[in-house]
Amino acid sequence: MQLEPRQHTPLWMTVSAPIIAVTIVLILSGGLIMWAGAPLFESYVALFVGAFGSKFAIAETLVRATPLILTGLAAAVAFRAKLWNIGGEGQLYAGALAVTYFGTGLIELPPYLMIPFLFIVGATAGGLLLLFPALLKTRLKVDEVVTTLLLNFVILLFANYLLFGPWKDPMAMGWPQGAPVLEEGILPNLLAKTRLHAGLIISVVMAVVIWLVMSKTKWGLEIRAVGHNPEAARFAGIPINKTIIRTALISGGLAACAGVTEVAGTKEYLTLDISPGFGYTGIAVAMLAGLNPLGVIVAALFFAGIYNGADSMSRAMDVSNYIADVITAGSLLMVMLAVMLTRMRIRFRA
Amino acid sequence: MGAALSEPETVLSVNGITKRFGSLVANDAISFSLNKGKVLALLGENGAGKTTLMNIIFGHYMADEGSIEVFGKALRASNPAEAISHGVGMVHQHFTLADNLTVLENITLGTEPLWSVTRDIAAAKAKIQKLAEEFGLKVEPDTQIKDLSVGEKQRVEILKALYRGAKILILDEPTAVLTPQEADQLFATLKDMLAKGLSVIFISHKLGEVMAIADDIAVLRHGKLVANFPVSEASREIIAEKMVGEAVEKPERVKMTAGETLLAIEGVTAQEGGHALLKNISLSLHRHQIIGIAGVSGNGQGALSDLLAGLVTPVKGSVTLKGEGLTRFNPSDMIAHGVGRVPEDRHVEGAVGEFSVEENLILEEYNDSRFSKFGWLNMSSITKHAKGLITAFDIRGAAPDTMIRSLSGGNMQKVILARALENKPDVILANQPTRGLDVGAATFVHEQLFKARARGAGVVLISEDLEELLSLSDKVVVMYHGMCSQPLDADDVTQQQLGLLMSGEGFSEMEASHAA
Repeated sequence: MQLEPRQHTPLWMTVSAPIIAVTIVLILSGGLIMWAGAPLFESYVALFVGAFGSKFAIAETLVRATPLILTGLAAAVAFRAKLWNIGGEGQLYAGALAVTYFGTGLIELPPYLMIPFLFIVGATAGGLLLLFPALLKTRLKVDEVVTTLLLNFVILLFANYLLFGPWKDPMAMGWPQGAPVLEEGILPNLLAKTRLHAGLIISVVMAVVIWLVMSKTKWGLEIRAVGHNPEAARFAGIPINKTIIRTALISGGLAACAGVTEVAGTKEYLTLDISPGFGYTGIAVAMLAGLNPLGVIVAALFFAGIYNGADSMSRAMDVSNYIADVITAGSLLMVMLAVMLTRMRIRFRA
Repeated sequence: MGAALSEPETVLSVNGITKRFGSLVANDAISFSLNKGKVLALLGENGAGKTTLMNIIFGHYMADEGSIEVFGKALRASNPAEAISHGVGMVHQHFTLADNLTVLENITLGTEPLWSVTRDIAAAKAKIQKLAEEFGLKVEPDTQIKDLSVGEKQRVEILKALYRGAKILILDEPTAVLTPQEADQLFATLKDMLAKGLSVIFISHKLGEVMAIADDIAVLRHGKLVANFPVSEASREIIAEKMVGEAVEKPERVKMTAGETLLAIEGVTAQEGGHALLKNISLSLHRHQIIGIAGVSGNGQGALSDLLAGLVTPVKGSVTLKGEGLTRFNPSDMIAHGVGRVPEDRHVEGAVGEFSVEENLILEEYNDSRFSKFGWLNMSSITKHAKGLITAFDIRGAAPDTMIRSLSGGNMQKVILARALENKPDVILANQPTRGLDVGAATFVHEQLFKARARGAGVVLISEDLEELLSLSDKVVVMYHGMCSQPLDADDVTQQQLGLLMSGEGFSEMEASHAA
């Protein structure tokens, strides 16, 4: 069996490849659902209804997609420059901590200033958190995969300490949670009787802005050049280290914005479970989107829908909601395989 | 024996091989045969289908149509192991040796069963020594590869093929990395091997050596076999014409008087990781002058190129550009000082493969107000700029938004040349500007360099192709172990003299003084 590059990829193939890939994953995951003793068709109906079947379901899916878009963008921007930022989770918490520090009474501003202010301090915290590994990478060639990954645990444990100690809200009846964000800092609700908040609009706008930056600006050109071919970039006079540092600040800032939307939007106060791994899932979202900022929106909606749907499927059909992890992981693998097959063809030996 | 000589025995026959990649026909019904004890030279421009054909014979690719017979037996496709077992050996242009293993280990690597407990090292060594003696391939089996010269490494590659029982050797551009003397030695070895009944397919660009060593010539063009004749019936002009498809006119160097000094390098020493890459070199370049830098690859040409490209900062000595001493060495400053740079490897340093032609064309000057304002790229002016250069430099098969990776080597090089030359730089660094290019594209590059020289630029030309170097340069400097020879007048020096200098003759005094 051999792989040979295709000279030309027909349009129908590009369009249908991800759809076919996801269909195959749903069929394969069907085996697991039946193994768990649930009826296949009804289970998938429950999954779909749970994800997109009602106003409430759609709102919940969008709420979940909001931080995924932001962490997905963070990974997409960093990976474009081949800066392997695995620290989205830590940067998300850095943003969440900054919101709790500044947004729960330290500073009071009217809403139209307070909300941007919280995003700015949150993004700054996340950017600075990634600046440290980026400096180690550019100055001392320390592998950023290790440093960013390990910083996640450092930040999470730090948040643990704060919420069990000095930052514990005395009004929370002993629960480890932060003080509530001031009224002025809460992201406005978009749809009555749901949790859907303005974070969605902000994340979609960010995606468009990042898309513009990556494709229409000098910074984008530099980031892409450094990522695709650092030798050629250096030869042409593009400042490599400066570009990596700038990328780190943007990427860390984006991931931290997810922390801001969760604390100031979804929860309205900091807890230790504000993120069920949004930082890590963002990596998968970015990969599924092929690192395209606009594709990140679609990929985040898909992931959010699967997770939400699997939750309600597990309630209705008594199937573990871990099936969501199987479906999303399987989709990622299958879509990457499908994308490769649109570029290469397999030849079998005679 | 006598009968075998008078009636040639066919050892390899290629029958109607066709290979398509999508709509591209890489090999179109190619048929030829190789006789025992003969050398078949396979010629063709880049992209003519030579590599595809060799990959099919060696089993890396599967042909769509046609068959290959080796010693009368059909070769089942798509399996290098089978090709080897039928006696086909291949020596790649880029060696496939492990640097930290010995000669013996490299040769036996992969020939022994993975799970055998004992290894018969003595027998293997004896076999290698016997082969080495038989074919005059002197190497010490216990030396580590990293301690060998390039010529010796190539001998190990050939021994590796012979050790596996090769009766037919495919040599892919074997002289590209050798000094003329080393190449002569390789040819002597090949003659020995032919006399002992081996057969050779020889892939090359260099017409001179093809005329010297080959018995038969096969020329590929656009995937088709356009000529197949004995070397006795060929002349350089005919072969070149067959390769390109039309008569080629080589640009001639016209005499010009050198003008004012553009670039003066004085006593420059440069280091990397404690190793001296350049040792006390001096060089001056004048207007209307091309200086050729000769040398076996890895003797400091790369460092000299990096110095002029702004990638290396000297630890000692000075570099003066048009009377101004340089203090900062980085690519942007070099570009600002009017140095046009063509890097050695267009895929590595020259172009961002995933970028479009227009993006690659502005990579050095996207900060210019023509192309960006307040950080935003001016797309329409970038596209217009690309359109102009595509026309001016005759870049074929390219629109501004074509991904540069999809261009042929020659057209990709034209993009890089366009970027380096468009602002009419006074000093031009051209490092291996025609490596891997076909005759037509190489001629275009030469014309551009001559044009620049005529308008008053100076060119530092680094090349491993001595023929090119001598025909283009006014002066030639040989580099050896990071040192530069005195400039020699290109009209008075022969390839043989250069070869001696390249192997280090006359540098010992200089080296001793540097060490002291």
